[in-house]
Amino acid sequence: MFDDFFTRALVAGIGVALVAGPLGCFIVWRRLAYFGDTLSHAALLGVAMAFLLEVDITLSVFVVSALVSVALLLLQQRASLSSDALLGLLAHSALALGLVVLAFMTWIRMDLMGFLFGDILAVSHRDLAVIWGGGTIVIVVLAMVWQPLFAATVNPDMAEAEGMNPDRANFVFMLLMATVIAISMKIVGVLLITAMLIIPVATARTFASGPEQMAGLAALIGVLSVVSGLFASLEWDTPSGPTIVVAAMALFILSLTPIASLVTRRRGEPATLGEGRTLQ
Amino acid sequence: MLHNTDPLVSLSGAGIQRDGNWLVRGVNLAIVPGEIVTLIGPNGSGKSTTAKIALGLLKPDEGRAARRDGLVVGYVPQKVLIDWTLPLSVDRFMRLTGRPGSHDVEAAMQATGVAHLGRAEVRTLSGGEFQRVLLARAMARRPDLLVLDEPVQGVDFSGEIALYDLIGQIRDDLGCGIMMISHDLHVVMAATDRVICLNGHVCCEGSPKTVASSEEYRRLFGSRATATLAVYQHQHDHTHLPDGRVRHADGTITDHCHPDDGHHDHAAYDPVRTEGDDVR
Repeated sequence: MFDDFFTRALVAGIGVALVAGPLGCFIVWRRLAYFGDTLSHAALLGVAMAFLLEVDITLSVFVVSALVSVALLLLQQRASLSSDALLGLLAHSALALGLVVLAFMTWIRMDLMGFLFGDILAVSHRDLAVIWGGGTIVIVVLAMVWQPLFAATVNPDMAEAEGMNPDRANFVFMLLMATVIAISMKIVGVLLITAMLIIPVATARTFASGPEQMAGLAALIGVLSVVSGLFASLEWDTPSGPTIVVAAMALFILSLTPIASLVTRRRGEPATLGEGRTLQ
Repeated sequence: MLHNTDPLVSLSGAGIQRDGNWLVRGVNLAIVPGEIVTLIGPNGSGKSTTAKIALGLLKPDEGRAARRDGLVVGYVPQKVLIDWTLPLSVDRFMRLTGRPGSHDVEAAMQATGVAHLGRAEVRTLSGGEFQRVLLARAMARRPDLLVLDEPVQGVDFSGEIALYDLIGQIRDDLGCGIMMISHDLHVVMAATDRVICLNGHVCCEGSPKTVASSEEYRRLFGSRATATLAVYQHQHDHTHLPDGRVRHADGTITDHCHPDDGHHDHAAYDPVRTEGDDVR
């Protein structure tokens, strides 16, 4: 059934959206949007390193993203710069370094646009396996660290005082972020990964009345964005990655209009999945 | 219930240094089950820092902090900010760092008078309601040690009396040790077994004086409050000058005030030398 390139694109996109939603919730709750951006910019350096060292691209992107996370943690403890300045420094240094390294390797003919904006229509069977395999691992691990990670998001001191280990949860979270960036780069490209992490979550916030439910809603809204975006890009012959992000944005704008208030009027009752569907 | 007299937590000569300055130094204290210890002191005197050493959130740079194995802690931090992006109901918040039994959760919410707020969003609570929810959450864990950092902030006078009554009740019901931080230098909870006055070091400690029998206080506080509140009379042998230096009883001035600087003895005070020796 995966022989059709469009089917493969749909399945790949849905896989990424299902993982990006729950993880993106923590990005939004912890105000780490710029951190997500930094990791995704660093992904291009990962691509360059993969070509240079002739290793697997997904693996290389994961390693570079993880290293950038660790570098950020270390710099935050030592440097006298604020976090956002450090993130900007790391993001653009990594991006520029990646582009320079790529330019040195004149023997490589590669589609830079494909990495920047994604190439979902060129998803191979192997890519599918990486996305769903990696995605499953991310979801399972996230479920395992959910409680300490969430408690540390609300109040790290309270979590630690009451016997949890916020540092370990934070570290695991950074590795999960690096994994998601590595597996979703092919779908939306390094410049738009953060959009998939944040926009569906922002839409879900309007309807959610609990953290776990918000994570589930964000995943569903992400899936909806991928499906509608892909069909739109097929219909109007637009680049698929950006079209998915535009679809996510359209859903977010819809959630701000009176149409959404039909859903949110029933306040106090936990929003159900059915309410997510009335969004259309 | 724990009723042995091994301390739940003990600090000996504990101190925290930041950028060359001692936030607190030479703190000795121990809390046994069923004991209420109140830390008082001006702003920036190291009350919260001391509590964080006791909780294990800060590692003392000097001295030692020991906690009993398997200690169950309930912590009410001074400030808990809930990001608006986080959908969090009171019910979910009650289960933030553990899985307390629903009976314990219900009982704690009943006792603190927030049973009707279960489905409310934490962000929409008033300051007083949120303080009571924080207390209920810590209480539902059935802790061995309860650490309350300014639990009556943002609560009006009659609410303060009710909270103090409740804290005494919690101690009686759970038999737990309680470390409470208060910004009020003179009026403390009557159920307090021991008051420790901090200002970068332990300035003095002792028991509060009950005021229920005093007609003057009855007029000032109201008859119900006099049973709950008590007055603490300080026994300082030194004065903290505005620039941070310390003037000792013998008239000498030093930059700091340490147990070993030879000007006074923190461990025991001499009631003959000090005025107002009606403490204890």
